[in-house]
Amino acid sequence: MLFNLFYVFAKIGAFTLGGGYAMVPLIQSEVVDKRKWIDKEEFVDILAVAQSTPGALAINMATFIGYRKKGILGSIFATLGCVCPSFFSILIIAMFFTRFMNYKIVERAFCGIRPAVAALIAFSVFKIAKSSSIKSFYYIFTAAAFILVAFVKLDPILIIIISAVLGILILKIRGEKDADN
Amino acid sequence: MLIIRLFLIFAKIGAFSIGGGYAMLPFIQREIIDNNHYLNLKEFSDILAISQMTPGPIAINSATFVGYKIAGVLGSVAATLGIVLPSFIMIIIIASFFVKFYDKKEVKAAFSGIRPAVLGLLAAAAYSVTITNVIDLKSIFIFILSFGILFIKKMDPIIVLIISAVLGIILY
Repeated sequence: MLFNLFYVFAKIGAFTLGGGYAMVPLIQSEVVDKRKWIDKEEFVDILAVAQSTPGALAINMATFIGYRKKGILGSIFATLGCVCPSFFSILIIAMFFTRFMNYKIVERAFCGIRPAVAALIAFSVFKIAKSSSIKSFYYIFTAAAFILVAFVKLDPILIIIISAVLGILILKIRGEKDADN
Repeated sequence: MLIIRLFLIFAKIGAFSIGGGYAMLPFIQREIIDNNHYLNLKEFSDILAISQMTPGPIAINSATFVGYKIAGVLGSVAATLGIVLPSFIMIIIIASFFVKFYDKKEVKAAFSGIRPAVLGLLAAAAYSVTITNVIDLKSIFIFILSFGILFIKKMDPIIVLIISAVLGIILY
């Protein structure tokens, strides 16, 4: 079982490009559909916990599923499985990267890639805004966080803590009726 | 002691970056680029592009890469362990109680504040990466084109990166 946990998550880690949400359907097909380690409802619960805890989504899910199946050892094997493929592939690339970067053609390719990376990040802002059902009032948080980090250069960790506290304060002030949203 | 520092820095990043992936960006930028000057934003953009194109979670990939760039193989081990450990411990605690902690209304309320703020943090990262990387007419063209095909065609980011690499070779 421990070896299976490692193997399944290593397979998932090795074959999903792009990370994050790209890995969710793969995890679901392996763990829920094929191996029936957990049922559908539990999978959704695990996804919700993985999203609301810090860190990489796929790793969080691996840790959780590993723990549900085989306790602490299970979570260690599943997490290691998920991390190993990307760790080694990145390590190999990083080792050759500096030498590789000295080629003129690679340098020019990266001149094109850099603005595209900016577009990817900018686009992810749109995508998250569209999919995350944030109520219009709360976009004040978004605007404030943007200004405070981009221009005032406040520590983003501080922003997370303050916005969590404010979220709870708003609940207390508005009363219980809004609690579900 | 660079190794221990790296571990601690990435553990801090791992402990606060809710949402994973690009949501980690503002934290890495703060710690690795602004505070400690281990890398500049341009180098970090290149690392991000590679992390996007290689398998696995972006957060882990970029931690491994940054760790290696700063302190070699040991550095990459320290950074990867650092980024994984906080969520690992947190998930185990949650899983072992399996209380539906996210159903508690205080937790929900906290997240109704955190979620929009994370979006703002991400926007700030997008802003700083854009002003560093989009610097001339050619890069403005590539930026608009990439954004356009992501928006209209919903194309895989990896294909967008490949197209822009080809454009870079042609244009520069």
